[in-house]
Amino acid sequence: MQTTEERDRHPWLARLHIDGLLFLALVALCVTSLFVIYSAGGQELELVWAQATRIAVSFVVLFIIAQINPMHYKGWSVFLYVIGIALLVAVLVLGVSGKGAQRWLDLGITRIQPSELLKLAVPFMLAWYCCRGASPIRVWQVAMGMLLTLIPTMLIFLQPDLGTAILVASSGVFVLFLAGMSWRVVTAGILMVASSLPVLWFFGLHSYQRNRVLTFLNPERDPLGAGYHIIQSKIAIGSGGIEGKGWLQGTQSQLEFLPERHTDFIFSVFSEEFGLMGVVALLTLYGFIIVRGLLISVRAQNMYSRLLGGSITLTFFIYVLVNIGMVSGLLPVVGVPLPLISYGGTSMVTMMAGFGILMAIATHRRLVMSQ
Amino acid sequence: MRTKRVAIRNHQAESQLFFRRAVTSIVLVGLIFLILLINLYRLQVTSFKEFQTRSNSNRIMVLPVAPNRGLIMDRHGELLAENTPVYSLEVIPEEIPTLRATLEEVVELLNLPEELVDQFFNSLRQSRRFPQIPFTDNLTEQQVARFSVNQHRYPGISVEARLQRHYPHAELFTHAIGYVGRINRKDVERLRENDSYANYAATRTIGKLGIERYYEDTLHGQVGYQTVEVNNRGRVVRTLEFNPPKPGHDIYLELDLELQRLAYEQLEGRRGAIIMLDAQTGGVLAFTSAPSYDPNWFVSGISSARYRSLLENPDNPLINRATQGRYPPASTIKPHLGLLGLVDGIVTRETRVWDPGWFEIEGVERRFRDWRTYGHGWVNIDKAIIESCNTYYYDLALKLGIDRISEFMSKMGFGERTGIDIHEENSALLPSRDWKRGRYGEAWYAGETVSVGIGQSYWTVTPMQLATTTQLLATNGRKYVPRLLRATNHEQGIVFNPIQERPALEINNPRHWATIQSAMAQVITNIHGTAHNSFKDASYTAASKTGTAQVAELSVDADDNRIKNEDVAERLRDNATYIGFAPVEQPEIIIAIAIENVGGGGRNAAPIARVLMDSYFSSLRENNAPRSFINSQEEQLPAAAPGTAHTEVTDANN
Repeated sequence: MQTTEERDRHPWLARLHIDGLLFLALVALCVTSLFVIYSAGGQELELVWAQATRIAVSFVVLFIIAQINPMHYKGWSVFLYVIGIALLVAVLVLGVSGKGAQRWLDLGITRIQPSELLKLAVPFMLAWYCCRGASPIRVWQVAMGMLLTLIPTMLIFLQPDLGTAILVASSGVFVLFLAGMSWRVVTAGILMVASSLPVLWFFGLHSYQRNRVLTFLNPERDPLGAGYHIIQSKIAIGSGGIEGKGWLQGTQSQLEFLPERHTDFIFSVFSEEFGLMGVVALLTLYGFIIVRGLLISVRAQNMYSRLLGGSITLTFFIYVLVNIGMVSGLLPVVGVPLPLISYGGTSMVTMMAGFGILMAIATHRRLVMSQ
Repeated sequence: MRTKRVAIRNHQAESQLFFRRAVTSIVLVGLIFLILLINLYRLQVTSFKEFQTRSNSNRIMVLPVAPNRGLIMDRHGELLAENTPVYSLEVIPEEIPTLRATLEEVVELLNLPEELVDQFFNSLRQSRRFPQIPFTDNLTEQQVARFSVNQHRYPGISVEARLQRHYPHAELFTHAIGYVGRINRKDVERLRENDSYANYAATRTIGKLGIERYYEDTLHGQVGYQTVEVNNRGRVVRTLEFNPPKPGHDIYLELDLELQRLAYEQLEGRRGAIIMLDAQTGGVLAFTSAPSYDPNWFVSGISSARYRSLLENPDNPLINRATQGRYPPASTIKPHLGLLGLVDGIVTRETRVWDPGWFEIEGVERRFRDWRTYGHGWVNIDKAIIESCNTYYYDLALKLGIDRISEFMSKMGFGERTGIDIHEENSALLPSRDWKRGRYGEAWYAGETVSVGIGQSYWTVTPMQLATTTQLLATNGRKYVPRLLRATNHEQGIVFNPIQERPALEINNPRHWATIQSAMAQVITNIHGTAHNSFKDASYTAASKTGTAQVAELSVDADDNRIKNEDVAERLRDNATYIGFAPVEQPEIIIAIAIENVGGGGRNAAPIARVLMDSYFSSLRENNAPRSFINSQEEQLPAAAPGTAHTEVTDANN
């Protein structure tokens, strides 16, 4: 009923396959992004233009994907997943290195980062897989699903790219959770992860990753080295106070005490300049997007769309959690951008593609019904 | 139908299951957001103050700014010590991984002496007060340009422009003015003890010697502070607050550049000292010790080779002969002893002593010879001073006894520091019975008293003591403390250094002063006077006394013992001494001279005094304008009481 009213109120939005509220929230974030990047990037318009271009491209991608009925992807799920895995293997064998990690495939004309593809291919694959059998899914299906998630996760982890690995793993686990994975399995899984941490610590982590964790536990351990980033970030956030120092007035960022100001640590710049009030507003916006995404998923017509939409939404939440948790000293430093605010292209396009899928789920309902 | 219903039920169950899971997710997301928010609240509200402080201490730095050191000028305002801008190459060792190789490269690039590198590593071992260590000063503009072009290749090395102390007259004033040098660990300790270390936060040099050391507090000034905002690389982005330093006070010395130059020229190639005092104030007009050295070498750190050459120089240029040189006064103390004889009534002006050319004490075999082998005949006190008769004084000293001599000479100022305003002063030695017992554990012998009578034996004086005791004779017993500082330039105007006097020497009959002064005047006017030839046709009256101190044990003590002196090794020749004042009636200047190993004082020291006195009186008459430089300023002062005596100098020539 409600959706009918919405459509009646904004028939042109429905025809464009756009969810108005979600779209507004995304635009609000992107506009915020431009202002914060202008401040964080030493007040150079060059960075702002580059980001604006990326935002425009991302919205085009969103718009295109929103036009496609989600049921069409269902058939591509396995294919995309297999291609993704193949590319990940290719990256490990033939990939191009950068910043101590091997993440790119050089295609001659351009470089691609296959791990981005997996951020969507994994939820596609898992949603497809979970729709095949009974509901709720059985334990063996959960095990199979875990395996399907673990393969790309490990391949990405080996690049090494801990941030993307976490996001890809989350997207798979969320599908299984939403598909009705029993609480006993959830509990067992949490216990297993907890008990495997020491093993991971000694055998799974690179020394720089281990250092990050140690520094996270005690940033003052190395105030001028690895701990410097976290200390400076916390100083930036804390010195923002309730009202913030004002746009372009953040001394921690303007005087370059903050590292990675316009990328991973952009939240610190935001907090310093806009204070707790800005932070609350930003988290409200993120919360709104998450609630809206889950609402769209709940209203979806079939299980595949629900699982896909829910996973995309909750993975978006993981971005927010890992990034803010990291810069405010709650979580170790993991290279995850603040979604839609951080400067940078690849992950933004992937994310907008995800929101395109959500828009499609929200607006292609009626068509499915009428069929 | 049935299967279809099952499918529909499954569909609903699925939907409900998803709904429940979605709600669970929202609750979890909400909880986690709450945790994030609580943490952010903790940072931004609870710990706000702490982080605000840390943020400020990140970006705000307080930089001390060194005050400019006060200038030093002579009595006419001629610059004796100034601050000149120099370009120095400064190095932050921590920022250079291959320090030695890099410095050697820079040395080659700028064509600098190679020894600089070793010198730099030596200075590295000393205490550090600043991150940058000067590598070399005084880069030429060409070198600055060449380095600037290559700057990017040498991170951690930079060219800095600073003001550096410079002494334009080089070695001329070294022993009076001294020099500044880099602050070392001892200086830091002393500054900390005096609680003035903070004031030196940005200062690199401190007065090490002479005036620069004595008036350090006046010259240094007050440190300033600059509150600046810096970025993460420590580069200053902007200045938030500036408290300018208060520059040190400029000071005027009593010294006269022309007299000083003249005095130094007279000593050229010799070892000795010349002091010239303003008779009515104690102001030091000339303060010379030769040989000297260039104080500029010490300002930016002297090379060890150069320092060694100064230390090992047999002429000891580092010694301040004017106040630290200890010379036997020889016959120059005859007027003083004569005064004591008159005061104690041992002799009167008429008392005569027969001089056969020698003196002997009853029961002692040794004969004390006069410098004139055949003697002076009948000698009274005037003749004894004019012709510098030894026998008269052998007799007088013996009659006075060492105790009386020690007591009276001590009152005149022998054996104690004159109190001149530099720290490098020696009290020299006035012997006494007690002193000898303490020093040698021996009794005092009468023969030694006889030698004291002609200023020999253990008795030593500094040229400054000779000058101040001469001033005492010239001014009827007034004891001025000699001073180099004439005036200080304060914010409110020039403040004159008050004249300092110690309790005057009172004697029972003031006419004795005139007796001694007249005898000293006759040293010039009397044809037999030992300085008669040197002061022929002088346009002013002057009182003098010459002295010739025996360095090696030759056969007799004598004035003008020219033949013998030329025959002995240079270092064994006699020292020449001289004291004098002029004009006799109203003394304006006092001169004391001591020159090592040149022979007799009449021939070698008196002519120098003549040159200086001539210059003083002629320039006073011909060139009055510059001399009144400070006096004219003084008139603008509301209360210039301490300076009134200075005007007398000018008045006296009118």
